[in-house]
Amino acid sequence: MSVTTDTAHATGAGAFTPAPGPAPLPRMIRAQALLETKMLLRNGEQLLLTVVIPALLLVLFSAVDIVDTGKGRSVDFLAPGILALAVLSTAFTGQAIATGFERRYGVLKRLGASPLPRWALMAAKTCSVLVTEALQVVLLVVIAYALGWSPHGDPAAVLLLLLLGTAAFSGLGLLMAGTLKAEATLAAANLVFLLLLVGGGVIVPMDKFSGGTQDVLKLLPISALSDGLRDVLQNGAGMPWGDLGILAVWAVLGLAAAGRWFRWE
Amino acid sequence: MRNEPAVEVTGLVKRYGTRTAVDGLDLTVPRGSVTAVLGPNGAGKTTTVEVCEGFRRPDAGTVRVLGLDPVTQGGLLRPRIGVMLQSGGIYPGAHAEEMLRHAATLYAHPVDPALLIERLGLEACGRTTYRRLSGGQQQRLSLAMAVVGRPELVFLDEPTAGLDPQARHATWDLVRELRSAGVGVVLTTHFMDEAEQLADQVVVVDAGRAIAHGSPEELCRGGAENTLRFSGRPALDLTSLLNALPAGSLAAELSPGSYRIEGKVDPQLLATVASWCAQHGVMPDHLAVERRTLEDVFLELTGRELRA
Repeated sequence: MSVTTDTAHATGAGAFTPAPGPAPLPRMIRAQALLETKMLLRNGEQLLLTVVIPALLLVLFSAVDIVDTGKGRSVDFLAPGILALAVLSTAFTGQAIATGFERRYGVLKRLGASPLPRWALMAAKTCSVLVTEALQVVLLVVIAYALGWSPHGDPAAVLLLLLLGTAAFSGLGLLMAGTLKAEATLAAANLVFLLLLVGGGVIVPMDKFSGGTQDVLKLLPISALSDGLRDVLQNGAGMPWGDLGILAVWAVLGLAAAGRWFRWE
Repeated sequence: MRNEPAVEVTGLVKRYGTRTAVDGLDLTVPRGSVTAVLGPNGAGKTTTVEVCEGFRRPDAGTVRVLGLDPVTQGGLLRPRIGVMLQSGGIYPGAHAEEMLRHAATLYAHPVDPALLIERLGLEACGRTTYRRLSGGQQQRLSLAMAVVGRPELVFLDEPTAGLDPQARHATWDLVRELRSAGVGVVLTTHFMDEAEQLADQVVVVDAGRAIAHGSPEELCRGGAENTLRFSGRPALDLTSLLNALPAGSLAAELSPGSYRIEGKVDPQLLATVASWCAQHGVMPDHLAVERRTLEDVFLELTGRELRA
């Protein structure tokens, strides 16, 4: 019998002789995150949502003066909003739809019978979301620079905003995926994406809305994220504590609710 | 520890709302054997198996799988068992081979995925996404994923539903190979021939209870309608034969030279028939005990009326 290592496979006569045991946790999480990312990048609708729409909006609205983005170059106004949209599309809409259908097709149930613990599955999903977001950010930043973008501010503040935004949208997306039917999640996640795209300060400046409406809209996680990113990247502000606070509250509420009500099948 | 049963279920009750799916079921599965849980649709087979797999919490009763409680000790149990769901469980966009390789990655000492792909005839669809596989290919991929981690015990929920004969036999061969390797197998089925072919033990489940269990032979032997057939020269004196047999036996010449005896067929009856034949200079040809098939037993136990 050959020496058994992590990657050794049993073949031949004794192939099925019981030798149970879980793989090391880091290997399981890495493999699961890789698979989830592959599934996402292979899915046409998901790619449209996470790559094509944000990139197209950035190019279109920078090139053509459709909405009044205030003084200065429109790409300086748009790029932070589109980065917020990228987080929304991946952490919320994409994750909600994918997870909703994984639940519907019994994928979550089947993985629940594997050695991969549930928390590790969730960790893998988070890794997959972060990897996708990193790819989105690279692509969007390259496009924005090509359009003449000149960002300011503290990269640490930007990173913190993106991470808290991811946590907030993940909690809400998983809450939706774990409680609604897959079809309902598909419809609702797309609808929310569209509403937040318009009403969350992504491409339409907040001051286009009336005072009372603005006060409510500013409490949305997408508004906090796009406003915070804009404060830092366009205006060179320091830590946007107010926006970070709003995102933190959404993250805590969303993740707690998802943890409480998420159903695996 | 090694001698405890692979599965021990006592008094299992599981309700969904007002409907009782499992109603006081007992089930003991010895290690390293094949147990078929046989029953009509809605009998509670899947629920029972899913309680053992840790998916559902029992409302009453105790469940031990490999000595562990599937609910509270699931983390220890899951790496040691293999699970094939009745359907689904795989990303629709994943390629067959990619998915099996992924499943293998989750275990410490997996079976070579290539071996399983070859054994289950999935070579041609390694690059096909799950949603484009035929129903039978999906079933076989799901089976491969259940055994790739070299478990001690596998649960197969209707593993051959929708398979063509070749795929069925490939599945049966794999189950036999698992047993000879010392893997315990619990499979649900409503195919009698599958239970008869594969199982060391059959548990008949109906309306949430285990109503009979035993080896296929034991189950088929039970009851009083057993039949003995033989052939010899025509027009034997059946009255003389009946006098030699226990009261209540029946004998008939079905066609010239072809005889049937009905009664409690046991070694004593066989000896009596043989010695009567010897006394009368008859060579009993094609002497055979005709057993009930598992299907007969099943229909007797669960009734012949169609289920709602």
